[in-house]
Amino acid sequence: MQESAEAPHVFNYLTQPEVRFLDAAAARLIPADDLGPGGKEAGVSAYIDNQLNSVWGSHGRNYRSGPWPEGTPYQGFQSRLTPREIYRAAIRETNVHCLKQYQKAFEFLGPREQDDVLKGLESGTIELSSVSSKLFFGLLIRNTMEGFFADPIYGGNRDKVGWKLIGFPGVPPSNYNDLIDEHNVPYRVEPVSILDIRQGKVQLDAQGLPKHVRLGNQE
Amino acid sequence: MTTKLKPVDAVVVGTGVVGSIMAKELADAGLKVVALERGRMIDPQHDFAVPSTYDELKFDRFSDIFQDLSRETLTFRNSPGERALPMREMGSFKPGEAVGGTALHWSTHARRFLPWDFETRSRTVERYGKGMIPENCTSQDWGITYEELEPYYDQFEHLYGVGGKAGNLDGVIQEGGNPFEGPRSREYPNPPSPMTYAGTMFATACAELGYKPHVNPIAAQTQAYTNPYKLMLGQCIRGGFCTSHACSQGAKANPSTTVIPALLKQENCEIRPLSNVIRVNLDSDRKRATGVTYLDASGREFEQPADIVVLGAYTFNNVRLMLLSGIGAPYDPVANRGVVGRNYSYQSHGRVTMFFEEKAFNPFMGGGARGTAIDEFNGDNFDHSGLDFFGGAYVNVASAGALPIRSTTVPAGTPKWGSEWKRAAAHYYQRNFSIRVGGGCQSYRQNYLDLDPTYRDANGLPLLRMTFDWGENERKSIDWVTGKAEEIAKAMNPSRMNTSGQHGHYDIVPYQSTHNIGGAAMGADPATSAVNKYLQSWDVSNVFVIGGSAFPQNAAYPPTQTIGTLACWAADNIRGTYLKRPGPMA
Repeated sequence: MQESAEAPHVFNYLTQPEVRFLDAAAARLIPADDLGPGGKEAGVSAYIDNQLNSVWGSHGRNYRSGPWPEGTPYQGFQSRLTPREIYRAAIRETNVHCLKQYQKAFEFLGPREQDDVLKGLESGTIELSSVSSKLFFGLLIRNTMEGFFADPIYGGNRDKVGWKLIGFPGVPPSNYNDLIDEHNVPYRVEPVSILDIRQGKVQLDAQGLPKHVRLGNQE
Repeated sequence: MTTKLKPVDAVVVGTGVVGSIMAKELADAGLKVVALERGRMIDPQHDFAVPSTYDELKFDRFSDIFQDLSRETLTFRNSPGERALPMREMGSFKPGEAVGGTALHWSTHARRFLPWDFETRSRTVERYGKGMIPENCTSQDWGITYEELEPYYDQFEHLYGVGGKAGNLDGVIQEGGNPFEGPRSREYPNPPSPMTYAGTMFATACAELGYKPHVNPIAAQTQAYTNPYKLMLGQCIRGGFCTSHACSQGAKANPSTTVIPALLKQENCEIRPLSNVIRVNLDSDRKRATGVTYLDASGREFEQPADIVVLGAYTFNNVRLMLLSGIGAPYDPVANRGVVGRNYSYQSHGRVTMFFEEKAFNPFMGGGARGTAIDEFNGDNFDHSGLDFFGGAYVNVASAGALPIRSTTVPAGTPKWGSEWKRAAAHYYQRNFSIRVGGGCQSYRQNYLDLDPTYRDANGLPLLRMTFDWGENERKSIDWVTGKAEEIAKAMNPSRMNTSGQHGHYDIVPYQSTHNIGGAAMGADPATSAVNKYLQSWDVSNVFVIGGSAFPQNAAYPPTQTIGTLACWAADNIRGTYLKRPGPMA
């Protein structure tokens, strides 16, 4: 199957410094290595930009009335801030921390220093002034994984790199029932996304389900 | 300004697994029926079309078939001493909001509860003595037996085209089925599903250890099927994308495939979507309902008079509507008096995930709860003498399709991100599967539902407040059964194993199950139950409250099939008894 280059994402909500921060973070959370592209190459920043513009980005389907006292960890998300606001504030404040600590913004730090900052956010040892660093990191890691593994229609998982990494075939064909007895035989195909189908890149059967192209079973 | 509408014979609140069956059965009896649904109309052919249903992100987070919390949520705390705060984001459970209800996205585990499940307290006391039940435990008998419900389980299984293999036909144990199930009057309407590699490995390991593995009965059609309402369901293509998802193949039995298309053709029944019921109206002596009041999509208030009111909504909404309408005495946990909100419960879980180096499970191929199970450690199927808990769990593997965001699992101790995580994710996605320990959940005095004093919904009405935490009984039973699951796992020689149990406090954040039950328990005693064995309110005899809300505590098996069965049972009794002689049936 031919992979054509996808059009570059036009950032709508995120500013350029925010994009550079998120690209740098995604490259550490899911690094590019001998196994293949990482979070940055997958377009995690584009994915997050799209999410922050979605209903979810402004918590449009969340309960948003006060009062807003602090809860126990078991009571869940209780911040007044929406994901849009959290990303905006937390990226800026994390960079303030980096400038103070290292005299450089996050994107200019070395990989080890970047990992230290990410761990500091994850554990809550880095304190941000307007938002909990743990809360921010929780959103960042969750959205990074989503941007790596969600269907490419959302702007991440470019060239289905996340699916290729683990061997997820995407939209199913209609003939898995014929393979039920193929026990312990890895089913390897060129993954098919909703985006591929929308762009007319794959052959479909009468039901509109894709015809998978099986790859060899050699490792 | 309230617009008073023309009276109907019956108004049904909700169009999910209960509401759809109630509306259909009452309409079939010749009644004029209106079914009110707070969510939108669903057109499965277009709403759940190929390829847009194959979208993990949408159905994990965005889908508008789930409740819109911006309009209504509930508040939560672990114990009565804490301040309850709103569940602002969907987490632990996913109630539905659409024609078809929550069952649009169920995972099709179609299990009959064990006979023991309906007589939990009396059988436990009988076998082990009163001391076996913790002092604060309010678990009780259902006021109905498995034998009474058997014909209705049969009815529901045929309605939903369940595929499986009987383990007990009229008392005769059947090879290959679950020998612990209650006697059934006939086989499943559809054959059991052909088995996955993981399901086969698990069954083989169980058999070698002397257990009786059997194929999970599922309501994802194992062959094309026409149900008693003359609706055709397609065969499951095992495409995965099952749990939390709607099905594009019409193969997952749910209200939109098994009942609603037939209901829409019925002239004496009308489904009104985007109609949010806010109150059941009572007459002046509060012994009789006169109908319901609801708000339409633009907030206009309507009164729908009716002779019979059926609350057939999700557990939370049934209980909340009773509390908002003043039907039945609200539960007071301090005095342990009152019935509405009492015996709220959930579902306990354990899990053992096995990682292998040289296997390929193709975990993305899945269809509903396709897999295998053993029942040796469920209910009272084993002797609890010398153990410090009662009840148990069923142990199973089920392949609903391992989707990459949610199911990229790595061995415990692996970092959550970075190169090491990536290497483990790439290596193990294809090479792991989980044994799931699905446990019951007893009811306790301190776990209950009432109205929140602070937070309100978009209409200004108080939110429901949930007070809930795990009981020691559940922590212990899950630990014990998960230990058994670990033994089975070890017999399969995995290189690594993750084990999780029911430790610590109940946390409303991670998704666990949409198996919220109780709060309007059925029973034989009006002092401890909100509805009688016919699901009829003890206080207002033309109100029937049907659903998970009626469970006095939860069995280990998933609840959907029993919820549907209660609807079949209630409908038959309304048709056969109540309509001839309206009034209290018990």
